[in-house]
Amino acid sequence: MTGQLLAAAGDMSTGESTVFVVLGIAAVVGAVGMVLARNAVHSALFLVLTMLSLGVFYFVQQAPFLGVVQIIVYTGAIMILFLFVLMLIGRDSVDSMVETLPGQRTAAVVLGLAFAGLVGATVYRGVRDITPRGIPDVNNSVPVIAAALFHDYVFAFELTSALLITAAVGAMVLAHVERPAGTRQTQRDLARARFRGGRPQPLPGPGVFATSNSIGTPALLPDGTVARESISRLVEPNLAVVAARAELTSGGAGHDTGERSGVGDES
Amino acid sequence: MTPGILSLAPAPTPLEAFGTEPIWLVLLKTVGVFGYLFVMVLFGVVFERKVVGYMQNRIGPNRVGPWGILQSLADGLKLAFKEDILPAMVDKPVYILAPIMTAVPAFVAFSVIPLGPEVSIFGHRTPLQLTDLPVGVLIVFACSSLAVYGIVLAGWASNSTYPLLGGLRSAAQMISYEIAMGLSIVAVFLYAGSMSTSQIVAAQSGSWYFWPLSVSFVIYCIAVVGETNRAPFDLPEAESELVAGYFTEYSSSLKFAMYMLSEYVAVVTVSGLAATLFLGGWHAPWPLSMWAGANEGWWPLLWFTGKIVVGMFFFTWLRGTLPRIRYDQFMRLGWRWLIPTNLAWILLVATVRTMRNENVDLRRMLLVIGIPIVVVLLIQILRPQRPPRPVAVEEIDEEEFPSFPTPPMDLVVPASPRLAMATAPEGKARDA
Repeated sequence: MTGQLLAAAGDMSTGESTVFVVLGIAAVVGAVGMVLARNAVHSALFLVLTMLSLGVFYFVQQAPFLGVVQIIVYTGAIMILFLFVLMLIGRDSVDSMVETLPGQRTAAVVLGLAFAGLVGATVYRGVRDITPRGIPDVNNSVPVIAAALFHDYVFAFELTSALLITAAVGAMVLAHVERPAGTRQTQRDLARARFRGGRPQPLPGPGVFATSNSIGTPALLPDGTVARESISRLVEPNLAVVAARAELTSGGAGHDTGERSGVGDES
Repeated sequence: MTPGILSLAPAPTPLEAFGTEPIWLVLLKTVGVFGYLFVMVLFGVVFERKVVGYMQNRIGPNRVGPWGILQSLADGLKLAFKEDILPAMVDKPVYILAPIMTAVPAFVAFSVIPLGPEVSIFGHRTPLQLTDLPVGVLIVFACSSLAVYGIVLAGWASNSTYPLLGGLRSAAQMISYEIAMGLSIVAVFLYAGSMSTSQIVAAQSGSWYFWPLSVSFVIYCIAVVGETNRAPFDLPEAESELVAGYFTEYSSSLKFAMYMLSEYVAVVTVSGLAATLFLGGWHAPWPLSMWAGANEGWWPLLWFTGKIVVGMFFFTWLRGTLPRIRYDQFMRLGWRWLIPTNLAWILLVATVRTMRNENVDLRRMLLVIGIPIVVVLLIQILRPQRPPRPVAVEEIDEEEFPSFPTPPMDLVVPASPRLAMATAPEGKARDA
């Protein structure tokens, strides 16, 4: 399809056609990579590549305002928000690749190719006999867009903004936590509670020894016993390191086993 | 379409000076802009350390070169030759890509900043600016919104807790403050009637915009500090909370240098943009502007650089003066103060501009603008006031909870070491 479109637009300059071929390949690679990438963040990055290429296409087609808006709004704001959510799932998690529907992959490939062929053929037939008109006033495109948005289609524009505001308010209502007035703890309340709680200082950090610096290794108190507060309740304590360490310092095996059961209960 | 709505300002003239230069001139200008930014960064790092040093009663770097001015060059060379550590559990492609994705847009953004008027380079008359577009200022925005990726991805790819938190903070922070920054520039667009940087500078040949658009200028100055992650808004890299934030795992080498570089390039760019939009661009400041040749030839490059240095001093001054604020307070400032104030201000500026274009006389203009303001104020005053929340005063048992140990009220503070140093013979004041 790329070749046909290139051939159709006969009066393109060399620079324009070079940019189109290079970025066209980049955009297609981004689109395919987005579907095929196993990692959600990689997938999002491929989509960013496609969106950036589209932004540059707008520049090449003498619509710099649209190009910049494409980059600022889609690449800069919307994709960052996507990434914001994807980041929370962590780097090591990979989607499960077990197929639950038999034959789904083959069907998807066939139908996808058929759809692409259909769209390509339709677009080709639709634009085959069209001569490009160009943009009449390149330097003045912003007022023209503004007139279309805020004058000709102002009603549709306002309806869209009302829809978006409703969605935003809906999301806030769903995420809202009802709390009786005046019960929100301020920084002052928290500080006071902390100073009266018997432990104003921070909790001890996990143990950092020559053999381990994991957050699962509890710190040792000066007498060789395990400091329980030094590891989170959510982390499984790594007691082998502590046992080796205790053996080195005190040499008492019985003392060590006692501590092991104590920490194990907590986890 | 009605021409009355659209022609808020005089129609912009086409930018025929750009895009027609020979290729060697474009390459020369590109290298020139790159070199200018690099020198400004090398200068900026030493300048900041020196200024902060003097603000904190010390001398700052003074070992490398005369007065320590080559310190940043030495640091840069050291970083380039250090071993490149790649942590074992990182996402390798993204980890390597992230610093590049921050550094490249930082440099690209400066390409639309006008450094001076038309000058003669080897017999060619050409503006001292790499390129310009009808939407030039928005290019800077596009680049700063792309620079967020490098920070967010560094946080994620490092596979570590603090970088992730720093990256998340940074994503939320930069998007929020980009809105405030973008809105503060809208008023400049309305005044200048163009979004191209060279035409905005040309429109300021008479009076600069920082005075008529003072609200926008103040909001811009606050927003760019958040946008560039600088103190007191440096929450993504808050060392007391997040070690080094998003680049904690970039412990050495050129990748860390790229983050450092792009931070300072961003400072230069936003200072240059502030000068372009509000402080007259390369136009000479008042006493110098009486000299007829001040705005011709290569002199404006000097005035413009001076304005950038003033901007960098402002950043350093903030860093040396203000403590870091809490994240929720920071977000509240952005969303509940800067953005609503900005919207109201743009409404006011747009109303005034439209009325001026339609030749409404001053009395009617004041009536139309004044009545809504008076109504809003009246509603504010006459609204039934909510009774203030009762503040519970607790009796604290000093026996049970002794108060935190504080220094005595009659503590004698020793004299400043600077005083002793000033009176001592020169050469004694050796180290920073």
